[in-house]
Amino acid sequence: MSSDGTLNYLNVTHGLKSWLLTLDHKRIGILYLIGVSMFFAVGGLFALLLRVELLTPEPWFIESDTYNKFFTLHGVVMTFFFLIPSIPAIFGNFLVPIMIGAKDMAFPKLNLFSWYVYMVGGFLGVGAIALGGVDTGWTFYTPYSSGYASSQVILAASAAFVAGFSSILTGLNFIVTIHKMRAPGMTWFRMPLFVWGHYATALIMILGTPVIAVTLLLLMLERGLGIGIFDPKLGGDPILFQHLFWFYSHPAVYIMLLPGMGVISEIISCFSRKPIFGYNFIAFSSLAIAILGFLVWGHHMFTSGQSVYTGVVFSLLTMAVAVPSAIKVFNWTATMFKGSVSFSAPMLYALGFIALFLVGGLTGVFLATLGLDIHVHDTYFVVAHFHFVMVGATVSAYLGALHFWWPKMTGRMYPQTPARVSALLTLFGFVLAFLPQFVLGYLGMPRRYHTYPDEFQLLHVFSTAGASVLGVGFLIPAIYLVWSLFFGKLAPANPWFAKGLEWDIQSPPTTFNFEETPIVKEEPYAYDGPLPDNSEEVLKAGENYGV
Amino acid sequence: MVSSSAAVAGHDDHHHNPHLAHHFEDLQQQRESHALGMWLFLAQEFMFFGGMFGAYTIYRYFYPVGWMAGSQQLNVTIGAANTVVLLCSSFTMAMAVRAAQLGSKKGVIQQILLTMFFGSVFLVVKYFEYYEKFEHGLMPFSTLGLEFTNVVKEVPGAQLFFSFYFGMTGMHALHMVIGFGLFVWVIIHTLQGKVTPEKHSVVENMGLYWHFVDIVWIFLFPLLYLLGLNGEPVIGVHH
Ligand SMILES: [Cu+2]
Repeated sequence: MSSDGTLNYLNVTHGLKSWLLTLDHKRIGILYLIGVSMFFAVGGLFALLLRVELLTPEPWFIESDTYNKFFTLHGVVMTFFFLIPSIPAIFGNFLVPIMIGAKDMAFPKLNLFSWYVYMVGGFLGVGAIALGGVDTGWTFYTPYSSGYASSQVILAASAAFVAGFSSILTGLNFIVTIHKMRAPGMTWFRMPLFVWGHYATALIMILGTPVIAVTLLLLMLERGLGIGIFDPKLGGDPILFQHLFWFYSHPAVYIMLLPGMGVISEIISCFSRKPIFGYNFIAFSSLAIAILGFLVWGHHMFTSGQSVYTGVVFSLLTMAVAVPSAIKVFNWTATMFKGSVSFSAPMLYALGFIALFLVGGLTGVFLATLGLDIHVHDTYFVVAHFHFVMVGATVSAYLGALHFWWPKMTGRMYPQTPARVSALLTLFGFVLAFLPQFVLGYLGMPRRYHTYPDEFQLLHVFSTAGASVLGVGFLIPAIYLVWSLFFGKLAPANPWFAKGLEWDIQSPPTTFNFEETPIVKEEPYAYDGPLPDNSEEVLKAGENYGV
Repeated sequence: MVSSSAAVAGHDDHHHNPHLAHHFEDLQQQRESHALGMWLFLAQEFMFFGGMFGAYTIYRYFYPVGWMAGSQQLNVTIGAANTVVLLCSSFTMAMAVRAAQLGSKKGVIQQILLTMFFGSVFLVVKYFEYYEKFEHGLMPFSTLGLEFTNVVKEVPGAQLFFSFYFGMTGMHALHMVIGFGLFVWVIIHTLQGKVTPEKHSVVENMGLYWHFVDIVWIFLFPLLYLLGLNGEPVIGVHH
C-alpha cells in the first residue's frame, strides 16, 4: 500500500497465501481486524433488527421465537466474537511486541493458529445461525438450554467453546512475550500502560476462559448424552451452572475493558502533551481489577436463592472494583489537568470512553447494592448498565485505538473532520439509545421481553432512534477508513508526535519492526509540553483530500 | 526513546544458529520462553479440570451417601493397578527427557515408545472397566439409549456420581489420546534431528504435559475409587 517505494510488512510479500500463512504479528493483527469487523457487522445487524422490532408494544415484523433467537445471536456474536477478541487480538497483537521492542510475539505459529481457531469458532456460530439459530440468551442458562430449548444450543455453545481457546492462546502469547521479549532497558515500569493492560487481560484469559470452556462442555455433554450435571431431575443444580458461567463471564467484562483502558492511557497522555499522571497507580489498578474481577461473580445470583450472607460478601467485593476503576479515571483527569489538550479524533473517542465508563461504572455500584438489585434485576437497567460499559466504553476505546494507530498500521492518514463528526455522533447516538433504558428498567421493563405496555413506547422509540444514530456513527468510519487506504495521504512515522517505540519506527513498520534491537533509555510518556509549531500541518495532512 | 532506522523488511542475518528462531535474541531466551509458555498452558489446564473438580466437590457435599454408593461400584484393584501403570509411563517419560538432555536420539524415541505402551495399557484397561459399567447398567447416557438401571440408582446422587465418573475419566482419557498425537509429532521431530542437548524444549514440554495428565489421575483415583473404602457398604456392591 505504501507507494513511496519503501518495503514494509504490507508490501514485502503478496498474495492471499502470504497472508493466510503469515507468522508476522502485525499481519495476524490485520487478519483479526477483518474477522472481528465481520462479526461486529453481524452482531450489529441483529441489534438493529431488535431495536426496530421494539418500536411498537406489540410484535410487528418478527415472531417471538425469532425475537428470542435475535437477541441470543446478538449477544453471542458481540460477546465472544467481537468484544472479547477486539482490542487484544487486533491492537494487542500488532502493538505489544513493538511497544516492548521485540521482533514478534514469542510464539508466532501459535499466534496464527489462534486466528484460525477464532475463525473456526466464528463459522460454527454462523452455522448455528444458518441452521435455525439459538434462543437461550447468550448466557445459556440451564435447565432450559440443556433440556428444553429446541434450537442449535450445542452448535452455538461449541462456537463459544472454540473461540475461548483462541483467547487462551492469545493470552498465553502475551504473557510470555511481555516476560521474555522486552528490549534492553525496557523495564517493567517503562512499559506503556497499554502493555500493562494487556498483561492483566492475559491473566484473566488464561485463568478464566478454561472455566467457561469446561462449563460449556458439561452443558453440551448434558444436552448431547443425557448425563445429569445441572439437571434437577437427577439431583443436579442449575444454579451451579450460573456460578461456573459467571466465574468466567464476569471477569470477561474486564477482558473487554482492561485493554481499552490501556488504549485510553496512551491517547490521553499523547493529546494532553503531558506524562501520564500516576503511572504506577494505573498499572497496578489493572492488576487489581483483574484479581478482584474473579471474586465478584455472585452478584449475578442475588435473586437466585443465594444466601444473604454470600450476597453481602459479593456485594462488598463488587463495590470494591469501583476503587481501582476510579483511580484510573482520576489519573486520566489529572493527566489532562493543565495539559495542552487537543481534540483530534482519537482524543474525542477517549473522552467519550471516560464519560460512558463513568456512567456505566457508577450504575454498576447501584447494581451491586443488594436491595436495589432486587428491584432492577433482569430489567433494562441492567441492559443499559452493561451496554454503557461493554459497548459505550469498550467500543469507544476500540474506535479510539483504530483512529490512533491507523496511520501506523496502514501507512495512511484518514480525514480528520468526518472522524471527529463520527466520534461525536457515536457518543450522542449511544447516550440516546441507552439512557432511556435506565429509565425503562427502573420503571420495571424486564430484559429480553418481546412485548411491553403502551406507556413504555416513547422511551423505546428514543432508544431505537439513538441506536440508528449509533449505526450511522459506525458506518462513517468504515467508509473513510477504507477510502484512506487508497486515497489517504501517506502517514509520517509519528503523525501525533507521540512517545513510544511504535512511533520511532516507520509507518507501516517493517516485518521485524526494528532493524536492530532498540535500547531503551527513556521513561515512558516523556511528553514535554505543547506540540511543535508545524504540528497543525501534520495533523491536517489527513484533511487534504487531494492526493 | 531510541530511533531505529528500519528500512529493510527482509530477514536480518546476524544469527547463525539454525536452532534459534528469528525473533529470539539467544537460545536461553528461546528456552525460557518455551518453558514459561508450557507452564501457562498447564495453568489453563489446571483451571479447566478445576471447574470439574469444583463441581464434583459441591455435589459430594450435597450427596455424601450417593457419592459413597457410587464409588463402591468401582473396582479399586483395577484402578490401583492402572495407577501403577500410569506412574510407570511417567517414569519412562522422565527418562525420555533425560535422553534428550544427553542428546541420545535413540533414547528419546525408545522411552517415548515405552511411555506410549504404558499409556495404551492404561486405556485398554479403562475400556474394559467402562464395558463392565455398561454391563452393570451404570452408564447414565440416556439420549444414547444407555439408561442408568443399576439398583444403586435408588440412592440419591449415585447417578450424578457416575456422570462425574465418566465426565472426569473421559476428559482425562481424551487428554491421553491427544498426548499420543503429540508423541508421534515429537518422534518425527526427533527423527529429523531437531532435538539436541541445547534445544530440546519439545521433549521437555511433552514431559510436563504428560506428568500433568498423570497428576490429574493421581487426584481422580482417590476421589473416585478410594472414597468408597471409607464407609460401610451402601447398596449393591459388586466387589
Ligand atoms: Cu458481573
